[in-house]
Amino acid sequence: MAEASIQPLTVTLKVNGRDYTVTVEPRWTLADVLRHQLGLTGTHVGCEQGVCGACTVLVDGEPARSCLMFAVQMEGHEIVTIEGLTPEAGLSPLQEAFHRHHALQCGFCTPGMLVTATALLNQGKPLTEETVREALSGNLCRCTGYQFIVDAVMDAQGGK
Amino acid sequence: MFPAPFGYVRAESLDEALAVLAREGPGAKILAGGQSLLPMMKLRIAEPALLVDIHRLPALTGWQETAEGLTLGAVVRHSQLERAEALQEFYPLLGRTARWIADPLVRNRGTVAGSLAHADPAGDWGAALLALGASVTLRSLTRTRELPLDAFLVDIFTTALEPDEVLTAIRIPKPAGRPFGTYLKLERKVGDFAVVGVAVNVVLDARHTVVEAGIGLAGVGPRALRAPAAEAALIGHPLESGGIREAAALAAEAADPVSDRRGSRAYKRNVVRVFVERGLKALADESRPEVGVTA
Repeated sequence: MAEASIQPLTVTLKVNGRDYTVTVEPRWTLADVLRHQLGLTGTHVGCEQGVCGACTVLVDGEPARSCLMFAVQMEGHEIVTIEGLTPEAGLSPLQEAFHRHHALQCGFCTPGMLVTATALLNQGKPLTEETVREALSGNLCRCTGYQFIVDAVMDAQGGK
Repeated sequence: MFPAPFGYVRAESLDEALAVLAREGPGAKILAGGQSLLPMMKLRIAEPALLVDIHRLPALTGWQETAEGLTLGAVVRHSQLERAEALQEFYPLLGRTARWIADPLVRNRGTVAGSLAHADPAGDWGAALLALGASVTLRSLTRTRELPLDAFLVDIFTTALEPDEVLTAIRIPKPAGRPFGTYLKLERKVGDFAVVGVAVNVVLDARHTVVEAGIGLAGVGPRALRAPAAEAALIGHPLESGGIREAAALAAEAADPVSDRRGSRAYKRNVVRVFVERGLKALADESRPEVGVTA
């Protein structure tokens, strides 16, 4: 039986296809560990209480809030962050669409928006404005009024 | 925003989780989806000394459908029920409730059983599962007991769950006819808790008579409520406008809301009445025989 401990635990996290072995306190969230231990600061931390969606990452292909998961829970799961969705050079087709449609202003929500929208596009289902808005309803943007974000995601389908 | 320090155990089996709970006492808490627990821990409303992680226990995943009914494992997530087309024939209310839970990001991690154990009076699953006549299985190291959901839900954030118990399964009896169900929710903004939530479920026999009825209410009492008088008024009759109006009025009487910034007591009661009527009418329309046959 595993011994309970409030001491730091050593875990191996699979992030963007790479294994990272890190020593973490049980109370550190996945968002904290991504940013502070792994240096993956593309995952943003906004409200820290499960409302804004800025910290969204893919867990086994599904979008989820990294501020509402402890890093120690994530051993054996595949994590993908915005860094993992961005090509070595240039932008992904979805990122290009965001650029083309001016789908960001301050940019704080953008990584979370892109992660959630990627999972939606990966489902390969035809999109309507309604399904895009529903899929993005857990990601808050305080600048754009959402219209250009919805436009960008609609435009990116097919091309991704 | 850090929770208070705590210990962490990933249980490798249900028995291990139960043994840890028995040993550690009330300081230990089960962690499944964490979508309610983590915010409470960050706000330090909850400060468990130890978390016992069950989120990947194979024994608690998925569901089984039998001739008696449906058994949901404790770590079935909202999004799984939202997408479960195979459950639509006998348990249509499940998918229609799941899509109202919070937002897609929460639905991907949060669990149905965790939501019941959390017992937020505005939680949607309490209302829906009361309407379906569900019961819950509670296990400790030394005993297993099954409670009707109505007895499990006690008060605001309070259930019959003992500190050494785990809610391991939710059982829903198989309908004795053709089931129709839907969930209606008033929320201030998308993904919010229910100001008022209403689950309506009816089972019709071959002659379109209501043989089973369930009405569950969220946000209008210290816990999710049933509306037994309204249910009784529907049984034995076809689903028609007079009976629907009577049931809606009775359901509004069963509601016990408080006035707050989301609405007055009278307003919320009236929403219950309107939603029950609207929901039952929608079910009546769905249940009508095919075009070309007059009822």
